[in-house]
Amino acid sequence: MKFIISLILTILLSFVACLYFPWWSIAIVAFIVAALIPQRPGKAFLTAFLALLLLWGGLSFWISYKNEHILAHKISLLVLKMDSPYLLILCTALIGALVAGFAALSGSYLRKGNA
Amino acid sequence: MRIIPFIASAVISSGLVVVLNTTLVLPAPLGKLLSPQHGIWQNAEAADKDFTADLTFPGLNGKVEVYLDERLVPHVFAEQENDAYFVQGYLHAKFRLWQMEFQTHAAAGRLSEIVGDKDPHILNLDRMMRRLGMVYSAEISQKEVEKDEAMKAECDAYTAGVNAYIETLTESKLPIEYKMLGYAPEKWTNLKTALFLKYMSLDLAGHDEDFEMTNARSFFSADDFVKLYPALQDSLDPVIPKGTPFAKQTVFPKAPVSVDSAYLNNKDIVYTEEQKPDRDNGSNNWAVSGKKTKSGAPILCNDPHLGLNLPSLWYEMQISTPGFNAYGATFPGAPGVVIGFNDSCAFGFTNGGRDVRDYYEIKFKDDKREEYLFNGEWKKTRWRIDSIKIKDKKDFIDSVAYVQLGNDWCPVMYDKSYSGGRNTNNKNYAVRWKAHDPSDELKIFNLLDRAKNYADYSTAVTNLHTPGQNCAFACKNGDIAIRTQGEWPAKWKGQGDFIMPGTDTSYLWQGMIPQDEVPFQYNPERGFISSANQKPVDESYPYYMGRNYPPYRGITINKRLAAMNNITVDDMKALQTDNYNMPAATILPLLIKHVKENELNADEKKYFGLLQHWDLRNDVGSKGATVFEVLWKNFLDTVYSDEYAKAPKVIERPFGGTLIEGLLKDSAYKFLDDISTPQKETLADEVTIAFKKSSAELKTAEANGKLEWEKYKGTAITHLLRIPALSRLNLPIGGGINTINAAIETHGPSWRMIVQLTPQTEAWGVYPGGQNGNPGSKYSDTFVDQWVAGKYYPLWMMTKGEEKDARVKWKMSFSK
Repeated sequence: MKFIISLILTILLSFVACLYFPWWSIAIVAFIVAALIPQRPGKAFLTAFLALLLLWGGLSFWISYKNEHILAHKISLLVLKMDSPYLLILCTALIGALVAGFAALSGSYLRKGNA
Repeated sequence: MRIIPFIASAVISSGLVVVLNTTLVLPAPLGKLLSPQHGIWQNAEAADKDFTADLTFPGLNGKVEVYLDERLVPHVFAEQENDAYFVQGYLHAKFRLWQMEFQTHAAAGRLSEIVGDKDPHILNLDRMMRRLGMVYSAEISQKEVEKDEAMKAECDAYTAGVNAYIETLTESKLPIEYKMLGYAPEKWTNLKTALFLKYMSLDLAGHDEDFEMTNARSFFSADDFVKLYPALQDSLDPVIPKGTPFAKQTVFPKAPVSVDSAYLNNKDIVYTEEQKPDRDNGSNNWAVSGKKTKSGAPILCNDPHLGLNLPSLWYEMQISTPGFNAYGATFPGAPGVVIGFNDSCAFGFTNGGRDVRDYYEIKFKDDKREEYLFNGEWKKTRWRIDSIKIKDKKDFIDSVAYVQLGNDWCPVMYDKSYSGGRNTNNKNYAVRWKAHDPSDELKIFNLLDRAKNYADYSTAVTNLHTPGQNCAFACKNGDIAIRTQGEWPAKWKGQGDFIMPGTDTSYLWQGMIPQDEVPFQYNPERGFISSANQKPVDESYPYYMGRNYPPYRGITINKRLAAMNNITVDDMKALQTDNYNMPAATILPLLIKHVKENELNADEKKYFGLLQHWDLRNDVGSKGATVFEVLWKNFLDTVYSDEYAKAPKVIERPFGGTLIEGLLKDSAYKFLDDISTPQKETLADEVTIAFKKSSAELKTAEANGKLEWEKYKGTAITHLLRIPALSRLNLPIGGGINTINAAIETHGPSWRMIVQLTPQTEAWGVYPGGQNGNPGSKYSDTFVDQWVAGKYYPLWMMTKGEEKDARVKWKMSFSK
């Protein structure tokens, strides 16, 4: 249950935070959620990792799909040196996931430290 | 005991954020760039995006309706004229903001500020712009424009429109290039509009070969110099045909008494190397009268050849106000329609190409350069201190000295602190550039957009000072005309070909050619007017015209137009995209005759066969065209490289046309002999050597699958930041530097337009780009394939009442 709540909360709050704040607000969201809803550190990491993997992966996929992948073809060539929109979407998702995961991990340890 | 893992994971996550938010470790801030709600994904425009909008701006005076058609071309209908310019500014910014700012930053010498100094070439380029006085001349021009109330109001409205759009931008909405380079747009100003026009002036009227020619004059004997750089072209078919009477000369420039010793026969070698505008900038325009067309109405055609970039230099639109209704290509960065048509007439331009940029050697009293010698007196220098911002670095301070030559303050462009890389002789050269003089070029478009007849057109184009253009005109009343317009210095023969002494008035420009002595043609007997950057007049014109004009496109066009009758729009499309190679046709028979076939091996024979059977056209798929072009390049090199082996590095080799005319006159042409060998080489020796060299090159090209002309040439439309992934490379288009379809590697017909002035105007056009400058938009390069294929779009001059037409896809409403 905690897993599901943390997951949904991280997704929703990250989305809202990024409407108003810089992209790294996802780290703060993941940190706070993990600190407030106690889970084992490994699980906290996984939750936030998965949350942002879904959020950033889903958002970038949807945008790119609507765009007929026009931009993703060009940017993947520029950044990844290969023409692969899906790889660019995966990179986007992984970046969000890693940042959120580690932030959640530290949030979870903070909680454990207090307890 | 959880403290250590807490610290460890906190350090890792903050570290990740820092790495992904900056360029400290990675070449790009990937987190910031890839965040779907902030970065590049926000620029991935939905393919079915709805551009419909209802907008209000307090700066407007009335209503403006904008109908965007299926090609994203806006048709602007404004109740008030200046509101139309406001909306034009808004639309330019909405679709092209980044390029507008990038080009004006380039003109102002501010590229280091946004791209840094990793490439040392960039800071040099910035210094070049400042030392040429680009901002100085834009300031003068802005003052001149703002003296005219109507023009000031037009520019103010345009600027307000650009800024109205900039104010709506948030981080996520910024054009992608800002995100990639990590900066944000600043406010638009009228000065930026002036800077944009100076950017065009530099491109079109910034070319000079003064240093190269000074070196050539000093290195070669007088006799050789004339042969290598002839001022006359035997084949010339001028813009204004031979035999046309000219207005009586009223300005008589006099050469100074010292001209032979101090100038024409001076043997000083200079080393300055400049960053130069493209020598290939050129264009075609022509108009045929109703006598020669099937419809009985005149047809006007224009295709300006400029650098091919994404986003494109041009943005297509229609502007309709109570005062005028015009359609055509506009410059993102400036108000008005530049090349196009209205309800009465059509207009188009080619570059005049005369030399309006000259250098004077300045004598300073000492190294401090506080005083310079002029007319026997020591005069005080003025300084312009330029502080060049460099991304992530300290500013670079450059002090540019200005000296007054006669009435004109001229920047000392080259001195010991700046040589463009090469000056080793510590001399000081001031530049006198016509674009420094006050002028109001925007007025031309304001007046042309509303011109109704020949008189209106003539009044409009006399405002054109720099860059001087061949202005073609055709009207529904049947008139056609061309004026070789511009404010040109009246020069004595040879003036400004070389660097001139700058210590007194004797070498200064003595006046301008009066506007009513500008050569022109109005409804000529032959039924057409045309220009293709060839020399505008023959030797009977009283003023000196300089040298180095490309003759061949003009010859081809005139021959073809003279032979055509019952002309249709389709004939004009075929002519505008024609790949016939006139210089090849002129010289190839002589070359083929002299190649020593018995000395060729099997491979060489194969290529020789391709050459013999070539149809003289640089078409897609032609292998013969590649053989000829490679042979011609190597032949020029074989003939001249011995003469130039010991010449100064800063020098211009002779034009291909000079060699063609030299050989046609005398197949024992003097420079055929290789002066580095004891024996005397002949045409047969030289062309065979060149052919063997070429065959080796051709064999490599063939092995790489690049023997077909379009593959060998590899025309590209490159993104302004030269990022290949955002460019269109290796486009299958024919043509070349001397064909009417002048598509070369990165340069070519930047807007092809054909307008038939029947009662209901029939117009066609295409440019190699797309209306939306965003690389993430479906509309970013929509027109490229059509352009490559030599096809056109019908240009729709929308009228009131057509709002429900199927071509209208979106509507933007602007009101107070």
